[in-house]
Amino acid sequence: MKIHEYQAKELFKKYNIPIPDGGVAFNPDEAIKVAENLGEFPVVVKAQIHAGGRGKGGGVKLAESIDEVAGIAGEIIGMNLVTHQTGPDGKRVKKVLVEQGLNIAKELYLSIIPDRATAKIVIMASEAGGMDIEAVAASTPEKIIKVFIDPLVGIQPFYCREVAFGLNLSSSVMRPFVSMLASLYRLFMDYDCSLVEINPLVITAEDAVIALDAKVDFDDNALYRHKDIVEYRDIDEEDPLEVEASKFNLNYIKLDGNIGNMVNGAGLAMATMDIIKLAGAEPANFLDVGGGASAEMVENGFRIMLGDKNVKGILINIFGGILRCDVLAEGVVHAAEKTGITVPVVIRMEGTNVEQGRKILAESGLSLITASDMKDAAQKVAELVTGH
Amino acid sequence: MSIFVDNNTRLLVQGITGKEGQFHTQQCVAYGTNVVAGVTPGKGGQKMEDIPVFNTVKEAVAQTGANCSMVFVPPAFAADAIMEATDAGVDIIVAITEGVPVMDMMKVKNYMKGAPSRLIGPNCPGIITPGQCKIGIMPGPIHKPGGPVGVVSRSGTLTYEVVHQLTLQGIGQTTCLGIGGDPVNGTNFIDCLDAFEKDPETTGIVMVGEIGGTAEEEASEFIKKHMTKPVVGFVAGLTAPPGRRMGHAGAIISGSSGTAQAKIEAMKAGGIHICENLGLFGELCSKVF
Repeated sequence: MKIHEYQAKELFKKYNIPIPDGGVAFNPDEAIKVAENLGEFPVVVKAQIHAGGRGKGGGVKLAESIDEVAGIAGEIIGMNLVTHQTGPDGKRVKKVLVEQGLNIAKELYLSIIPDRATAKIVIMASEAGGMDIEAVAASTPEKIIKVFIDPLVGIQPFYCREVAFGLNLSSSVMRPFVSMLASLYRLFMDYDCSLVEINPLVITAEDAVIALDAKVDFDDNALYRHKDIVEYRDIDEEDPLEVEASKFNLNYIKLDGNIGNMVNGAGLAMATMDIIKLAGAEPANFLDVGGGASAEMVENGFRIMLGDKNVKGILINIFGGILRCDVLAEGVVHAAEKTGITVPVVIRMEGTNVEQGRKILAESGLSLITASDMKDAAQKVAELVTGH
Repeated sequence: MSIFVDNNTRLLVQGITGKEGQFHTQQCVAYGTNVVAGVTPGKGGQKMEDIPVFNTVKEAVAQTGANCSMVFVPPAFAADAIMEATDAGVDIIVAITEGVPVMDMMKVKNYMKGAPSRLIGPNCPGIITPGQCKIGIMPGPIHKPGGPVGVVSRSGTLTYEVVHQLTLQGIGQTTCLGIGGDPVNGTNFIDCLDAFEKDPETTGIVMVGEIGGTAEEEASEFIKKHMTKPVVGFVAGLTAPPGRRMGHAGAIISGSSGTAQAKIEAMKAGGIHICENLGLFGELCSKVF
């Protein structure tokens, strides 16, 4: 799960990680109030969306007066912000973070992530802060410091020192940095984060260490033990069809193509999307109904796929293990009777109770196209595509 | 022959009295697996059908000689269950549970370092040596006993698809296993490839990968250096968009790493026969094996 920068900074505050003074605003009047409380110029107005690259897209601006704060906040709130992470359609900005300007002496990069290969927690830091860290990693990997920590041992002072010396910090900054890093690690562990990133972490002219930006992502599987984080969920940042699907425990991701597909199991679902592409079409979604799907889930999955107006055809691919083919067939028949089939549907079923499933579909009187195997399914999808 | 499990396997089931645990235990018994014990804390002394239930894994091992455990407990308790089985010295631990927090698995992985137990999963369909024993949730009848092909995969139903196509071509399997779709798991591709290479009855291997991480790339390096047996490979997720978790917690392209294209290229460089079209998987296998 992702949260906004201002929410991440609330968490930082809880852990005594220094952040600039400021506050969130949903309209220009609120932005003025925050700026008035700060009392000094310049202030920074930052768009709050779940995507990076906001500065380049025109979502982060400096204001030198109250009038400028009002003007910039009015311009950013409501704008469609396009960055390299939002896709071409961009994201509508609903709120801004208004913060004090800082006397920046140095910009650093700092992040903590789990490393899947070693099962260790990795702290990554670089003096090349404020930049695209992937580009730094690709061109000058020696500029990135990496420290691996066994989660059972936890963070030790020497790990923090290793990072601090690697960053060539002056002695007056060393102590606040080490204490900040230890707090950040604690936050990462306490909340089951999948990413904590500060880019840039700034050293000010006054030798203060301050998190100018804040990005925190969480492991969805661990949200059950972090009810306070679930409160931070912002449904406006998600696709409405995906939100609808999540209500029924369906794993749905909307894509740009026109062939909908419903599959049981994530791996087979990806492989089915790939086979649609091989057939010369583009998948409209990823939809995994899971191993133990009920007829009701299948029905809702069908309805959600049809909610995407780009869908011109549907491929259902089920390998029945726990999900039996007769249950799937009943779900499809119900869905078709309720919502009506408005586009051609190709169904391929295999596995448990496949004969009963085929019988239910055949006796339903629905005009479904049945495919005997994956190869046949791909061919029938290709025929659909050329037919349109 | 086979790898990791066979008809000497004595299975205990952690979470045997839950709905899922009960159903799949019955399916395993029906397939012929020797299920000797169940563990549900607080239900020791009861029976699930004819299978004795114990409070702790240690007790179950001491009383029944169980050497393999199938974990069916809910995600919040899975790490605890796996560590309990490790502590009790169980040889093979198969964790079916989906949705275990990554941090829990990182702790488990570090805890198990140096321990003799082998973990398969979590978030996996399990392991089957066709005709001998089934430990997991896969449909038994799609498998064909007797070998000569070993199957290892990161996925569930996609594994069934591949195995089904092998069986339709008349190609049997020695052992088929899913290593799980989570970012941090127990047994990896290399462990399985190494075991298949050493298993005299296995003459070829099927390896099914997906986007995310670098497991396929590392496996390809291993194959190039250490394997003499032919490997047929498939990778799911060519059309997956970056930055989105495709169902499995581990199936995510982050930045430029973890793409299907990069994996396919690495696998080709490792000498693996790549199947680009899943519809033609069985046909390719019948040519290679």
